[in-house]
Amino acid sequence: MSVQPIDRYVERIAPDVQTAVMENSITATQKRHDALFGDYEDPDKIRRIAGAIKQHTVEHLDRYLPQAEEKLKANGVKVHWASDGEEANRIVFEIMRSKKATKVVKSKSMVSEETELGHYLEERGMECVETDLGEYIVQIDNDHPSHIVKPIIHKNRQDVARSFEREGLGEYNDDPEVITHRARKHLRGKYMEADVGITGANFVSAESGRMLLITNEGNSRFCLAPTKVHIAMVGIEKLVPKDRDLSVMLNLLARSATGQRLTVYTEFISGPKSAAQPDGPEEMHLIFLDNRRTQVLESDCREILRCIRCGACMNVCPVYRQASGFAYRSVYPGPLGAVLSPLLASKFADYADLPKASSLCGACNEVCPVDIPIPDLLLRLRDKAKVEGIKSPGTPPMGMWATMASKPVLWKTALSAGKMMDFFPKSMIPVPAFQAWYKKKDLPEWHGKRFRSWMANRPNPKKNDQPEASEK
Amino acid sequence: MSTHRDVILGKVKKTLEALPKRAEYPDYDTEAVITIPEDADLWEHFKTAMQAVNGKVYDTLVELKKWMIENEYLSGYCDPDLLDVFSRELSPEIKLETTYDRDRIDTYQFGITRASGAIAESGTIILKDKDTSSRLGSLTPWVHITALRPDEVYRDIPTALDQLGDDPNIIWVTGPSKTADIEGILIEGVHGPGEQICLRLDS
Ligand code: SF4
Repeated sequence: MSVQPIDRYVERIAPDVQTAVMENSITATQKRHDALFGDYEDPDKIRRIAGAIKQHTVEHLDRYLPQAEEKLKANGVKVHWASDGEEANRIVFEIMRSKKATKVVKSKSMVSEETELGHYLEERGMECVETDLGEYIVQIDNDHPSHIVKPIIHKNRQDVARSFEREGLGEYNDDPEVITHRARKHLRGKYMEADVGITGANFVSAESGRMLLITNEGNSRFCLAPTKVHIAMVGIEKLVPKDRDLSVMLNLLARSATGQRLTVYTEFISGPKSAAQPDGPEEMHLIFLDNRRTQVLESDCREILRCIRCGACMNVCPVYRQASGFAYRSVYPGPLGAVLSPLLASKFADYADLPKASSLCGACNEVCPVDIPIPDLLLRLRDKAKVEGIKSPGTPPMGMWATMASKPVLWKTALSAGKMMDFFPKSMIPVPAFQAWYKKKDLPEWHGKRFRSWMANRPNPKKNDQPEASEK
Repeated sequence: MSTHRDVILGKVKKTLEALPKRAEYPDYDTEAVITIPEDADLWEHFKTAMQAVNGKVYDTLVELKKWMIENEYLSGYCDPDLLDVFSRELSPEIKLETTYDRDRIDTYQFGITRASGAIAESGTIILKDKDTSSRLGSLTPWVHITALRPDEVYRDIPTALDQLGDDPNIIWVTGPSKTADIEGILIEGVHGPGEQICLRLDS
């Protein structure tokens, strides 16, 4: 039986990895919930404001991009533009060459993952060190991040300890504190030697030209303390109109990503260091990167450009929890990736299966700090695949169900015949869609009634926990 | 030849101008995100909030000194402008250096620099480039001590955003450096300070 690519991945995933991803995602979802509902009576109201600010920004990029550029330039920043990853990487390389720079320390940035900047520079003889602890481990393992906030959610401490031992960072020790402090020691040497610090940006204010960097570890601070040149690579959608909008974004981002009120370090950078300051870059470059974002803007899924990369949608997603990040085969996993990856891809067809790997339960929309209607966008992309005649492997045929569901008489007959299902061996049900599903799950006992009549007569359940339920 | 800039902005413009309607900037009040009670005492609220994120706040140098001696933090960097204030109490047991030498970054157990402000709501210390005598001095030692006057505490995040000013590098610090990358376990002191301290200066 053919299965969807994402299912094939789930079949291969190691049990301990799956448990780690599942537990970590559940904890993150709970922390997010506690942080938001602990502080705000109606977090949805704030999510809607944030969504409206970002939607407005996305639909006025023709105003805000030139405005931000002008401010940045007035602040002493050199602004560059790149249509694609290749051009962005080339710009970085050229800046480095003109400065005779060979060593880079890099703070976590999703756009540079898109452009594969690290590999590009290394192929050209530059040393490029990832400094976020998780990203550093990904780099020494020649691996890929599997979550946008927690890049090594798929590794356990033993994996990391073995990697550190292999890299000569000390004898095998799997205490996370020891590992972290070894990384601290090793990476400070790298910062101090580096010529250039490369970062992304979480936000850029069009009003002031301030760029924001948000980290817990402080690696982006360190990338901008001993180095002489700062290069920031920024997606064109990262703008907010005004500084005041950041109060909404910062409050939501930290709570949604990690359950913190504020992330430890929020850096507002608007240019090279001040004259009296002995440390830090004397030169700052900012590269605005398109990399098919204009294509997303043109599509009917432009809402996804609101995304502030908090990771909440993947943490809450039942498919992500089972499948983990690699199953999405691209830089952005989870519900975000299922929408964004097909749109950013050079060939939509290559990722057209991802929008189908969702039960459309709606949880991603409920947690999204910028209120992106992800399930709607997934449907639009399914539709696009259909219109363009793209067939994805393993999509179960639903023809029989469709016929039944559209004919009331057939539907009712089927319902009353349903009781038979309890006596019928499930492996013999001749519906491919059911068979694909049944491989992983079991069917509850058939109640032989319509949902509404069952609901009315069901045993009275205790009003209980379900924290997520109160969010709508 | 058209530049990448022209191509990108051209596409953006063309797409957006074709939209029948564009989303308006929402009418909202930043009060909606503020969590600090109306009548909170700013210094006390700041103190509690900073402690909640594992920072430490000392009201006097005597208390700070006691903690430093107990933990054997005996030698470090100090902003030259703060030397008078700190050496009066800390010397001679604790050694203060007013220059930061990049060749021996691991020899500074602590760094003392001036805070430019704080946010009571979130327990955040504000560092501005113009007030920080050395970015490295405030970042590389295990302990970072900032000095702050109580009248420099902002009530909430929107107010602090409103007062950012024109400094090119402003850092809001909310607790010690931390990570949960390995199995979600919280570890403090990754790249930045493992101890974030604030000392109250009374003018
Ligand atoms: S789509 Fe929403 S929930 Fe998902 S990462 Fe982006 S902002 Fe967060």
